[in-house]
This record gives sequence, structure tokens and C-alpha cells, in this order.
Amino acid sequence: MTINPDLQGRSYPAAEVYDVGREKIREFARAVKATHPAHFDVEAAKALGHDDLVAPPTFAIIIAQRADAQLIQDPEAGIDFSRVVHADQRFTHHRPIIAGDRLVAELHVDGVRAMGGGAMITTRSEIFALGAGDSRVPVTTTTSSILVRGEGQ
Amino acid sequence: MSLSIHELSPGQEIGSRTIEVTRTDLVKYAGASGDFNPIHWNEAFATSVELPGVIAHGMFTMGSAVQLVTDWAGDPAAVVDFQTRFTKPVLVADTTGTDQPGASIEVSGIIGKLDAEANTARIDLTVVSAGQKVLMKAQALVKLS
Repeated sequence: MTINPDLQGRSYPAAEVYDVGREKIREFARAVKATHPAHFDVEAAKALGHDDLVAPPTFAIIIAQRADAQLIQDPEAGIDFSRVVHADQRFTHHRPIIAGDRLVAELHVDGVRAMGGGAMITTRSEIFALGAGDSRVPVTTTTSSILVRGEGQ
Repeated sequence: MSLSIHELSPGQEIGSRTIEVTRTDLVKYAGASGDFNPIHWNEAFATSVELPGVIAHGMFTMGSAVQLVTDWAGDPAAVVDFQTRFTKPVLVADTTGTDQPGASIEVSGIIGKLDAEANTARIDLTVVSAGQKVLMKAQALVKLS
């Protein structure tokens, strides 16, 4: 058991900006076998009242897992990525993610508890869209628990 | 969207779908999502970390399962909340070079709860592969018109 219990309560500030592109929305939609026209056809998205292509409901995982990587790669955390199993996931959308959005994510470590020889770590990413000036509009809150398996688990 | 809360009732089925999965699908999902954990594409690595073989990304299963809800809702943006627990891995056999899937995921959904005040429907998904529930508490909240 090498997971650092002091991780709980730690936050990682928004780092790089993620630019949401049309082709990335199309690629991700194809990868999850989504066929809704609002992911592929700008006119279809506009007909539903959106400014551009709409991302699938789990698209935010790309941004959330980039944020999580800050924790997983943090040498102080003591996490062996090859022993990580995804335990649960939630997306709460304050508004949809739309092509053209410029997104940033703040990562919060909400929980760390020992489980057998491993640990369950719960993280939350607050994803914002950058607007005019320095404004930030809440887009999606993701929460995720990962189980870091101990030996023999 | 034309779904009205007055025409819906708890327990009502929204449909079902079968998702066939190959190793190629997992490589595509790895590329699209940025999750390159080798347990999702390398058999030797997966077994070396005590897994039974290559397993699908939980997020592949979650992401593909929600399409049933998206299509029912008529607008992907209507899915305002979506959560699940990953209970069993989806083991994906290597069927490279054949036209057979390496795994098959059965998704079905019912209306779990209606909230007239918020004008939302909670869709409860049942997601099964190889006879086992692979997702638990898979719930999507849909904003109705």
C-alpha cells in the first residue's frame, strides 16, 4: 500500500486549454458507435438550436482524464497506472459541450480510502468554457472513482 | 424534442440495442479518448496484471450504452446527467481477421422515475455482456421538452 493518504483534499488548477474541434467530436462519436446527426452534421445540430456540433454525453472524459493524469503522474501520489481500474463515473452537464468550446478543468481529490491492499480514489473535475475576457462558464462536473489494485487483487 | 412527461410513465421501456465489440473498436476508442492503458489492447500485458485478458474501457461501455438514451431523447444535449458503476469487465476476445465480434453488449432501458417539477425523466439502463451485468446503477437524466 503506497498510496499517499495526504492526497485527499488536494486540488490541481486548470492547466492546458482543450479546444473542442468538430472532427474530434465526430471521431469520438464514431468510437462510441453513436449515430445521432447532431454529432456529425452542423445543420442538424443547428436545427436543434445548438450553435455547432454537440459532443456525446461522455465526451468530457477526454478532458477529465487529462486532468486526472496530473494526479496519476504525480510522483507523490504513488499510483501504479497499470493497476488502476475504473470503479464509477458521473457526468453532470450544466450545458452541452459544443464544437468551438475552449475548455479548462480543475481537478479536486475528494476521497482516498484504503481497500484491501489497494486504495479507492475519488476525483472531481470542474470543467469550464473560457468566454470573453477572463470569464469562465461552468460546463460539466465529472466525478470518478478509481480502484488502485494491490498485489493479488 | 417531442417527448412530453404526460405521455410517459415509470417502467415504460425505451428500447434495446446490441453493441458488438472488436479489438479494433478498443484501439479506436483508445485513440479517440486518449486512454492508452495497455490492458485495453495488449493481451500479454493484461494477463501480467492478473486480468483474464484484454478488457474494454469502462468508458467505451458507458459511452456506447448511452446512445440508446440519446436516440430516444432526440437531442444529445437533453442528457443532462449520466452515471454508472463498473461492476464486471467486458472481456473482448481476439477475433482479428474474422468477421466475428470479440464481445457483445446488450443494452436496454426503462423509465425509472419522472420528475414533473424539474421536467426530467430518469432512464435506468441494464447493460449485460456474457450473461453478466457489467454496469450497475447506470442512470441517465433526460430533460424533457
